[in-house]
Amino acid sequence: MPQAVEIIDVVKKYGSFTALHNVSLDIRPNEFFTLLGPSGCGKTTLLRIIAGFEDITAGTLKLFGTDITALPPDRRPINTVFQHYSLFPHMTVAENVAFGLRRLKMPAADITRRVAEMLEMIKLSSHAGRRPHQLSGGQQQRVALARALAPRPKVLLLDEPLSALDLKLRQAMRMELKTLQQQTGVTFIFVTHDQEEALAMSDRIAVMSEGRVQQIDAPQVIYEHPATRFVADFIGDANFLTASVEGLEDGRAHCGLPGGYRLIARDAGAARPGQSVSLFLRPEKLSVHDTPVEEGIGMTVRTIVYQGDATDYLVELDGGVMLRSRCENRINGDPILTAGERGFLRIAPDAAKTLLD
Amino acid sequence: MTPHRATLLGIAPTLLIIGVLMVVPMVIMAAYSLMEANSFGGVLPHFSAEAYIKLLFDRDLDDSLAFDPSYMIILWRSLRIAGLATAITLCVGFPVAYFIATRPPEQRTLLIFLITIPFWTNLLIRTYSWVLILRDTGMINTVLQGSGLTDQPLKLLYTEGAILFGLVYTYAPFMVLPLYTSLEKLDFRLVEAARDLYCGPWGALRHVVLPLVMPGLVAGSILVFVPCLGAFVAPDLLGGGKELMISTLIQLQFTSSRNWPFGAALALVLLALVMLTLTVSAARQARAAAEGGH
Repeated sequence: MPQAVEIIDVVKKYGSFTALHNVSLDIRPNEFFTLLGPSGCGKTTLLRIIAGFEDITAGTLKLFGTDITALPPDRRPINTVFQHYSLFPHMTVAENVAFGLRRLKMPAADITRRVAEMLEMIKLSSHAGRRPHQLSGGQQQRVALARALAPRPKVLLLDEPLSALDLKLRQAMRMELKTLQQQTGVTFIFVTHDQEEALAMSDRIAVMSEGRVQQIDAPQVIYEHPATRFVADFIGDANFLTASVEGLEDGRAHCGLPGGYRLIARDAGAARPGQSVSLFLRPEKLSVHDTPVEEGIGMTVRTIVYQGDATDYLVELDGGVMLRSRCENRINGDPILTAGERGFLRIAPDAAKTLLD
Repeated sequence: MTPHRATLLGIAPTLLIIGVLMVVPMVIMAAYSLMEANSFGGVLPHFSAEAYIKLLFDRDLDDSLAFDPSYMIILWRSLRIAGLATAITLCVGFPVAYFIATRPPEQRTLLIFLITIPFWTNLLIRTYSWVLILRDTGMINTVLQGSGLTDQPLKLLYTEGAILFGLVYTYAPFMVLPLYTSLEKLDFRLVEAARDLYCGPWGALRHVVLPLVMPGLVAGSILVFVPCLGAFVAPDLLGGGKELMISTLIQLQFTSSRNWPFGAALALVLLALVMLTLTVSAARQARAAAEGGH
């Protein structure tokens, strides 16, 4: 079985600016694949290249084994859900959904049936005769989805489709999109700058930065084992510390921190004794305690930020190192410690990871 | 002062201008059209429907009426040429407007400015310069004969083609500007959406662009069709008065033919045609708005 989409050494230049540097990646059939990165990283350019809206400076693009590099967008069995939906304002909801089917010259009876099916899927059958401007943002979003899925594309592209919705709706749509992808079995390529969205929905994520792919992996791998400092910093919260490697053992580095602390960090990779490395620790793997605990480090709380389900503590170790810790809140919601109080910090085993800069 | 009187005072200037400059002349013209012609120009104050009869019939010496289509032919020619000129300006103006609307904003202002440059020169002078270009000893024929492409000068001036050319030349900006206004407001991402949904470039134009710029297209067509129908300069100078259009016919009635009632009647017929065009298009717009809901 060939890959759904193969992007081979794709380069995109706008004049002297290079938007994509030799990007290569494979997207598997029936996969929920996410292109994640900050604005300007090239993710939208890559999506537009797959759709056919942008030509490429060099490289090859294959769809299920067929070279589609030179095909215009209307000859690619790929549809797009646009960021601002781009519904046709002069057509009803039903006409919008039928648009692609009509252009494909599907028999009228089949179009009627398929449109009814799609409207039922998005639960907007009663709105078939409305115009896009009479719908709410969430409804327009679903019409855009139905319109793009109606022609049964081989790949569905989604360009930050949730960015214009409010938080509650966005969270509900995440579940809906994921379910829809599993039901239809269509390969989804989703573009977003929102890491939460990416982690929640994707089978695999490609993290991009400055026109390059930084890492392609499953969400939990991206989160727990970021390949580069950029990925570690972009996805989730992170503490970064500079440490010196004192010894190596089973792929772990024994590191020394300022103030005389020792930490064992995983993924030592190519680190060598005596070298200076970055250590990366997720705040939720650091817990604060008001009573002494095993392996607890004495510290003072500097700032606390209440987050509802959790509280963030900025703590200063006795040697002067600042770290952020995130702890689930207790039943009564009171913080474990308040700013200025002394307590103990416990770092979970294997929390620290070495990152080579 | 009561609010009612304040309102009256407020609209008084408007009423005065419309009344003095439009209603009064119209009434005079309608009255003249129903009077008898004075053979030395002007009218005799007797009621007569002769001017309207003359539109369709020829009065023989024995006072019997015979159907005479010659004026209807002129009217039809005017409609046909105005219609053709509108169609051609549309075909020429649309790509220009599309091109301008798809440029970066700062370039658009400059390009629109360039479109308005012809208005700086008097229409008569611009049209007369086309006479110099198109005539038998003009620029085009000199070049054609000088290069040996033709032996005889091509008959360019004083043809229906020359009239059409002159009208298109004169009124093209009136098509470009409203089309541009509509196209500028068009969300070109919709064109991408259409391309994504299996439309070729022409399909996207037909199914998405044209329906959405229809208001500008209609406005441009009216702005070209209406003045073309009553155009005088281009038909007179470039048509040489041989292929009569209604405007030249009207002018003749007030000058050499000295039949003021008939001229007034013709002017009212022209007015009626224009009103009809506007009413039909307004009705269509209203219907489209009711369907479109925007």
